[in-house]
Amino acid sequence: MAAEPAFREPFPDAPRVTVHLPAVLLNLFPGAARSVRLRAGTVAEAMAALDARWPGMRDRLCDSRPAIRRHINVFVNEERAALATRLTEGEEMLVMTAISGG
Amino acid sequence: MAKKVLVLVGTKKGAFVLESDAGRGAWSLRGPFCETWPINHCLADPASGTIYAAGGDAWFGPAVWRSTDLGATWTHSSDGLAYAEGEEPIKSVWSLAATNGTLYAGVEPAGLFRSDDGGLSWRHVKGLRDHPTRPKWEPGGAGLILHSIVPHHRDPGQMWIGISSAGVFHTADGGETWAPRNRGTRAEHVPGEPYPEIGQCVHCIVMAPGTPDRLYQQNHFGMYRSDDGGQRWESIESGLPSSFGFPAAAHPRDRDTLYLLPLNGDTKGRFVPDAKAAVWRTRDGGNTWQDLRDGLPQENAYFGVLRQAMATDGLDPTGVYFGSGTGSVFASASEGDRWTCIAQHLPTISSVETLVVEA
Repeated sequence: MAAEPAFREPFPDAPRVTVHLPAVLLNLFPGAARSVRLRAGTVAEAMAALDARWPGMRDRLCDSRPAIRRHINVFVNEERAALATRLTEGEEMLVMTAISGG
Repeated sequence: MAKKVLVLVGTKKGAFVLESDAGRGAWSLRGPFCETWPINHCLADPASGTIYAAGGDAWFGPAVWRSTDLGATWTHSSDGLAYAEGEEPIKSVWSLAATNGTLYAGVEPAGLFRSDDGGLSWRHVKGLRDHPTRPKWEPGGAGLILHSIVPHHRDPGQMWIGISSAGVFHTADGGETWAPRNRGTRAEHVPGEPYPEIGQCVHCIVMAPGTPDRLYQQNHFGMYRSDDGGQRWESIESGLPSSFGFPAAAHPRDRDTLYLLPLNGDTKGRFVPDAKAAVWRTRDGGNTWQDLRDGLPQENAYFGVLRQAMATDGLDPTGVYFGSGTGSVFASASEGDRWTCIAQHLPTISSVETLVVEA
C-alpha cells in the first residue's frame, strides 16, 4: 500500500476495514492508494475516512442527497451497499465505476 | 512585448488548448486535459491567467478544474458546490465567468455559485433559487441549465444570467434579488401569451464592450439587442438566414459589431443553413448583416455550433473563433473576413474561449 497523507482518523474506535478504490478515481487524487485500511462502522463513515485522507474524494463518490453517486457501485460482502450499510471488523469494501459512458 | 494567443476548447471528452503567436497563422494543440471529463466551459481569468474548466462526469459528478500554468497541470474542486441535502443534486457545471477576483459558476439544475478563492471553494448565491418564479422554470433540450453569466465590469453588484428555458434574469444587489429581463423576446413554445415575463428559451447573452447597458441575445426564437440592460429587447434578426442559433460573440472594442452563427432551425437537424457554413457579422448593432464564408466549408457541412462555442480575442484586428459539434475549430485573424480550420477530429465541442498572454 502507498504511503498515506497526514490526516486525523474521523472514527478511531470504529472497526478496521479495507477499502478498494477504482484506478480511474486515483487519477483525480495523486498519491491515493488502490487499497486503503481505515476505520469505519458504515459505508458513510468509510467515505468520511477517505475524505480525511484525500479531501474531495467523498464528493466524487457521493452526491448531496446524500447517497452514493448513481454510476458508482459499492459492494460489501459482494452485496450492493448503500451509505447506511454496516461494516464489521476485517471487512472489505469494494468501490467500482459502473459500466456507462459514450 | 510579443504576445501569444491561447484558444481554450471545452469538449465532451476533456479540455484542449490551441496556441499560436500573435500572427495566428500556425497553431499547436495540447490535450486532452481534465481526465477527459465532459467540459462544458473552459475559460481563463485574464487578470490572473488561471484557466478554469467546468464540467460534470457521469461517475464522479460536477467539478471545476483549474490550471495556473496555462494547462500544463490541473487540479479540481467541488468544495461547497452543492445544494442542501434532499434537493436534486447538481449534475454538472455549465458556465463560468471571472470578474473582479470572483469566479462564478452556473450549474444544472439551474443555480449560481461563486468562488472568492480562485475556484478552490464555492458558495451558493441563494437569491436566484429563491426566486418566486422558480417552480415554473422548465428545462430546455440540454436540461435546466444556467449559462451566460454576464457580469457588469464596473458595478460588482450587477449581473445578468440566462437559464434555459426560464429566460434572462438581472441582479443589482450582488445576487440577493433577481428580476426577469425578457420583455420583447418571444416564447413561441409557451401557449398563450407570446411575450411572458419568464419562460423564454435564451441561448446566449453577451455584453458589448465598454457599454454595460448594450446586451445582445441569441434566443431559440430570434436574435435581439438591448440598450437598457435588458429591460427591453429589440429584434435584430432581419437579414439573417434564420431566427435560430446558439452562440453570439461580441467584438472586443466595437459595441456595434457582433458575430452570430445561425442554424437551419430547431426541427431540421440544427445544422448550418443549406449545409454551408457561415458566420454572420453586423457592424451596425444588428441593423444589417454580412455572411462571412471565405475559408469555411461550403458543401456537405452538417454541423452545428453550441452556445458557448464562439469567441473573439482582444488583438487588433480581432480574431474570431468557433468550434463545431463535429470537432473542428475554425479561426479568423481578420475579424471574420477569412477563415482557417485550425483543429479537427476533436470530440464534440462545447465551448471556445481565448486568452492573450505575453509570449
